[in-house]
Amino acid sequence: MIPAEFKYLCPSSVDEAVRMLIQEGEDAKIIAGGQSLVPVLRMRLAAPTALIDIGGLTELTGVRDDGDSLLIGAMTTHYEVQRDHLIQDHAMLLKLVTDTVADPQVRHRGTFGGSLCHADPAGDLLAPALALDAVMIIAGPSGRREVPASEFFVDYFETALAPDEILIDVRVPKYTGWGAHYEKLNRVAQAWSIVAVAAAVQVRGGTIAAARVGLTNVGAGPVRATDVEAALVGQPATAESISSAALRASSGDSYKDNLARVLTDRALMAAVAG
Amino acid sequence: MKISVNVDGVTYADEVEARLLLVHYLRERLGKTGTVVGCDTGNCGACTVHLDGHSIKSCQMFAVQANGHEVTTIEGLARDGKLHPVQEAFRNNHALQCGFCTPGMIMQAIDLLADESDPDDETVRKGLEGNLCRCTGYQNIVRAVQDAAQRMKPGAGPKIEQHSDEHVTAQQPVGGE
Repeated sequence: MIPAEFKYLCPSSVDEAVRMLIQEGEDAKIIAGGQSLVPVLRMRLAAPTALIDIGGLTELTGVRDDGDSLLIGAMTTHYEVQRDHLIQDHAMLLKLVTDTVADPQVRHRGTFGGSLCHADPAGDLLAPALALDAVMIIAGPSGRREVPASEFFVDYFETALAPDEILIDVRVPKYTGWGAHYEKLNRVAQAWSIVAVAAAVQVRGGTIAAARVGLTNVGAGPVRATDVEAALVGQPATAESISSAALRASSGDSYKDNLARVLTDRALMAAVAG
Repeated sequence: MKISVNVDGVTYADEVEARLLLVHYLRERLGKTGTVVGCDTGNCGACTVHLDGHSIKSCQMFAVQANGHEVTTIEGLARDGKLHPVQEAFRNNHALQCGFCTPGMIMQAIDLLADESDPDDETVRKGLEGNLCRCTGYQNIVRAVQDAAQRMKPGAGPKIEQHSDEHVTAQQPVGGE
C-alpha cells in the first residue's frame, strides 16, 4: 500500500459525480485514466480524502462531429484519439501530438481531458488545445459552462476548474485540410518535452492563409505564439518567410528561448510540407 | 471494497483496500509473481499486463479500477504447456539477460503485434518505448519481436492447426444468390 488511504467512489452519471464532489469537499479528486494522478498519489505528493472514479462514465468517451467543430469526450483515451478518423480529418495536429505522449501503455489508459485538467506545463496537449482555440465544456453544481482554452490554463498545474466541477467535453473547431506538425525535443524515450512546438498551417495557392502555433513547457502554462501567427499570414509558404516569422517565437536569449525559435521554424516547415 | 476481476481466465472475487495497486493485488493476493515491480515510478514497464486486451502498467492503476474487467498476465500466455510464440521467440533469440524486464517486454510486444503484424526495426523500438531493459539488451529484443511476427503470420503455425481455403469454401452453403 503505497498511497495514503482514500475513499473510493464510482458515480454512474456526471451529475452524480458533481454531487459527490460537493459532498466530499475540496479534498476530493476526480480520477480519469490516472496516469498522472496515480504516480502523484504513490509518491504521496497529494493525499486526497476521496477519489471519484469517472472511468465508468462511457458517455464521456468518443469523438463526435458537431458541424463546424468536433466534440471530444473528456474520457477519450490517447489511444482512441490517435486512431479516430474525425480527428485525422479535421484536427490532425491533435493526432500528431498525441502520438508523442508518454508510451503505448500510458496512452491506453491516459485520457485527453485528464491531461488538460492536470495542466502540467510540460504536458503535450495543452499547447495544441490553446493554439486550436479549444473550448472546455464543464459540468458543475449550477449546470454547464464553457471556458476557452485561453482562460482555462491559469497557472502551473492550475486550471479554471472549481473544486466541484468536471471537464466533460472539449470542443475543437475543424481545421480540415490544414498542414500540421508537432516538433518535440526530449532527451530520452518517454521523457517530458524540454520544449515542443505545435503548429497548424493553412496554405492556399502557395500563400499562408492562417497559422496556429502553441509552445509547450516555456512557461507556467502553454503559450500561444501570436506574433509568429500574425507574421505568417499573407506570406508565401517558403523557408525564408517561415524562418523570419519563427524568430518571433520568443525574444529572450536563454536556452529555452533559443529552442522555441528553432523548433518553431522546424514545426512550421514540416506543417507546410504536410 | 468488493471486486470481481478475471485474471488469466479465472474470475476472482476479493475484498480489497481502494489504495491497493493492481500489481500488488496480482502478486500478493493472487500469487501471480510473474508480473514484477521494476521502478515504482511508472517508467520501466516491467509490470505491464493486458487490461481488456490492451497493455497497461499495473503499477499505474488500482485493483478497484479493474473491477469487472479482464486482466491477462505473463502467466496466462502459455497454452497446454506450450509457450506463446512471443515467449518462444524471446527464448530462441536470447532476448534476455537478467530477465527482469522480460514479462513486461513480452506483454507489450504482444500488444504491439496486434496493431502491427510486420513491424520494422523503428516500429518495434517505438512500440517498446515504455519498457526499459537495464541490461540494455535491446538488439535481441527487437530481433525477437520481429521473429515472433513471422511465427504469428497466417500459415506459420504447425500444419495440423492450419485450415485450407478449400476446407472453408466447402463449408459454405450451396445455392441461392
